[in-house]
Amino acid sequence: MLQVSIYRYNPETDSAPYMQEFQVDTQGRDLMVLNVLELIKQQDSSMAYRRSCREGVCGSDGMNINGTNGLACVTPLSDVVKSNKLVLRPLPGLPVVRDLVVDMGIFYKQYERIQPYLQNDTTPPAIERLQSPEERDKLDGLYECILCACCSTACPSFWWNPDKFVGPAGLLQAYRFLADSRDTAARERLAELEDPFSVFRCRGIMNCVAVCPKGLNPTRAIGKIRELLLENAT
Amino acid sequence: MSTMRNLSFDAIIIGGGGSGLRAALELAKSGKKTAVLSKVFPTRSHTVSAQGGITCAIASADPNDDWRWHMYDTVKGSDYIADQDAAEYMCTEGPKAVFELEHMGLPFSRFDNGRIYQRPFGGQSKNFGEGGQAARTCAAADRTGHALLHTLYQNNLKNNTVFLNEWYAIDLVKNAQGDVVGCIALCIETGEIVHVKSKATVLATGGAGRIFASTTNALINTGDGIGMALRAGFPMQDMEMWQFHPTGIYGAGTLVTEGCRGEGGYLINKDGERFMERYAPNAKDLAGRDVVARSMVMEMLEGRGCGENGDHVMLKLDHLGEEVLQKRLPGIVELSKTFAHVDPAKEPIPVVPTCHYMMGGIPTNVHGQAIMQDGDGNDQIVNGLFACGEAACVSVHGANRLGGNSLLDLVVFGRAAGMFIEGALNEGIDYLAASQSDIDASMARLNRWNESSGGEAVAELKAELQDVMQNDFGVFRKEENMQNGVRKLSDLRERIANAHLSDKSNTFNTARVEALELDNLLEVAEATAISALERKESRGAHSRYDYPDRDDVNWLKHSIYFPVEKRLGKRDVNFTPKTVDTFEPKVRTY
Amino acid sequence: MVTNVTNFSRSGLSDWLVQQVSAVILALYALLMVGYFLFHPGLDYATWHGFFSQTWMRIFSLLAFIALAAHVWVGVWTVITDYIKPIGIRFAAQIVLILAIFVFLVWGVQILWGA
Repeated sequence: MLQVSIYRYNPETDSAPYMQEFQVDTQGRDLMVLNVLELIKQQDSSMAYRRSCREGVCGSDGMNINGTNGLACVTPLSDVVKSNKLVLRPLPGLPVVRDLVVDMGIFYKQYERIQPYLQNDTTPPAIERLQSPEERDKLDGLYECILCACCSTACPSFWWNPDKFVGPAGLLQAYRFLADSRDTAARERLAELEDPFSVFRCRGIMNCVAVCPKGLNPTRAIGKIRELLLENAT
Repeated sequence: MSTMRNLSFDAIIIGGGGSGLRAALELAKSGKKTAVLSKVFPTRSHTVSAQGGITCAIASADPNDDWRWHMYDTVKGSDYIADQDAAEYMCTEGPKAVFELEHMGLPFSRFDNGRIYQRPFGGQSKNFGEGGQAARTCAAADRTGHALLHTLYQNNLKNNTVFLNEWYAIDLVKNAQGDVVGCIALCIETGEIVHVKSKATVLATGGAGRIFASTTNALINTGDGIGMALRAGFPMQDMEMWQFHPTGIYGAGTLVTEGCRGEGGYLINKDGERFMERYAPNAKDLAGRDVVARSMVMEMLEGRGCGENGDHVMLKLDHLGEEVLQKRLPGIVELSKTFAHVDPAKEPIPVVPTCHYMMGGIPTNVHGQAIMQDGDGNDQIVNGLFACGEAACVSVHGANRLGGNSLLDLVVFGRAAGMFIEGALNEGIDYLAASQSDIDASMARLNRWNESSGGEAVAELKAELQDVMQNDFGVFRKEENMQNGVRKLSDLRERIANAHLSDKSNTFNTARVEALELDNLLEVAEATAISALERKESRGAHSRYDYPDRDDVNWLKHSIYFPVEKRLGKRDVNFTPKTVDTFEPKVRTY
Repeated sequence: MVTNVTNFSRSGLSDWLVQQVSAVILALYALLMVGYFLFHPGLDYATWHGFFSQTWMRIFSLLAFIALAAHVWVGVWTVITDYIKPIGIRFAAQIVLILAIFVFLVWGVQILWGA
């Protein structure tokens, strides 16, 4: 029997959050954490969590698993469980709506702030815009972000200033468009990032890199943005 | 419920996947008051899981490629019950729609000349099947769906589309004349019930693979739009046609793209034999998905399956080399390590045919307008109701969809629906408003669950339903099993009508959403079961032991399921494309 | 663009650059001091005073003091904006910080160049 301890909070009935203990029979299988949650939901249907693709591409089920942020659907128990104990909490630093469900509003707002869409006012050709494989390679490691928020909610700078610091996820996407040979708005994009908070709150501690379930490297992207800012200003 | 809040839009799009977002983008750009209502944040929609690519004759890999060849492949792949006017529309409009995506920023992979990378996929040919294998599937590595969905969401942000994220549509609202004038929706975060009024209601709710126990589909694919339309009394088309993807990871059900075989991978049985050479001497592993899936099952039935129970086969990729795998199939490497504990650069991946795609759905014309039949069997437009994407049956996929055609379907027909609705709104739409009793009718099932005080639990009923579908309506179908299945579903209908929702709270109550989804799963399952039982032939994905052959005399038709009488009728397939000659039905070999 | 008035340069980029450059200056200065102590084991006041009477040392020390002032301003301002959320207290803390830096800087100049 796996011991599972889960953060519970329903604002309608609970005056404060608490940890609830569950026993789950895994029948010795190396389940994913999401499978464990499904088994628990069969015991207690009021357990709330988000999930969708169950294969690590939609980014719904980011949560704090034994102290580390990750996606429940692609985290096998063997990776995280020591001494038969699994502790699940919502992603840190965001308001809790209920149980493991957090309000991601401010995370999305920071994503929207970097204008996450290609900008190019020139008239497009009748076919696609051409891009060499080398130019396209620059987008690898950037466009794959699934907006699960594991990185930004592992970042102390984002905890302290979620309204002003764009956070690793948003900055990774900011650089995804700065690095795109088809985008023509680099100057305007950089002007929006030059203040002391949006980019420069990153202190390079690389929590984001450590938790990213897709193996992406926001710290490197932030470094590249700093280089571009410097190039642009000197 | 006199206190219920109203929201009013020109167009409401239910579903935030590829087709919904494409339709929304078209309408938002035109300045119409548009909202996307989605039960998940849009980038969590199932389009995100599409891997291999979007098939379209953009003449990049082959400068002589021709949309007519693509159309031929599509019609042949459908086993000749795709509507040829619709396939023609998709294949001609396709390049425009794909170039638009690229201009929006979709990060397609590239050839050395800077054009979009295209890879070979199953069922693709040059020169109407005479010129060998084509490479027509435009790809962003093996994450094309992710790239496409994010690009569309981003461009909707750019154009200020209104999003009702984590809202769940419960039922359509019809006025006294039977026109669809909006829906009843639940804000999942707060539990508030809202009446959404709209001049055009677009069902872009995707597929319903979760009616099967084993599926490549996301947990959210519960056929909500299909359920809503069936409860509103509208018919469904070709619901017996479910695609089983040859390569779902054994045990986990997660998808491994056909692009693996496009890049040169192939299937082997327990003897290490490349068995597709026997079943499809020309196309081999790149035959139609229905053909490959059936061949795999045959191998297993004849004792050549792999593993202790001989219940799967292997997909071999190691000969492609680490570099190709990392460059072209990085997501597959990741998925097979996670879910099959196999590094495809070293060992083959265990795979099994897994439910993947619903070819059937809400019958529509190429403008996305939903169609029903009048008393004499003539097509009749349903006022106010539109559908696009997997929820719709235009039909471009007929009895079997080709790989890469679903993403094209999403953007071409999402765009078409958006353009048509824009025009209709400009001309003026004025339907009779819904009365209180119309609204009450749409609230009925929500009220039923909310008032339930005892009965069976949702999770067990769902599991039982999925087992029925898995066992009785799989790759090969038998009359006796299907009759049994239909009976079990009718029994389940009664039990679900008395099932219990124990958690009645309002804040982010996922138990309530799952209960409401169960109703939809049941509607889809029953439509599937009855359609499958009644189509007495084998065609495309629908294979019967008792009727092993295609019967063009009686069944070169769409099936059309009427939910009120639970009756299966027939609807003519379109054989009159506008600019090319009809592709006449031929024996289908690969 | 997030606007603010109490940080060092009104620009994140300049602040960041100042912090990098001042860090290098401070590191060099620290190296010099450590080296000096190692080579003068029995250091007395006269030698120490003599060392600081040389013009190059005075200039380098002043540079290091200014670097320290800028480095502290940027660093502590960041810490204050991280941890102190009530605007009144935060603003007061920032004023105290700026005044303290000013006082220490003037005092440092006085020690170096005075008498």
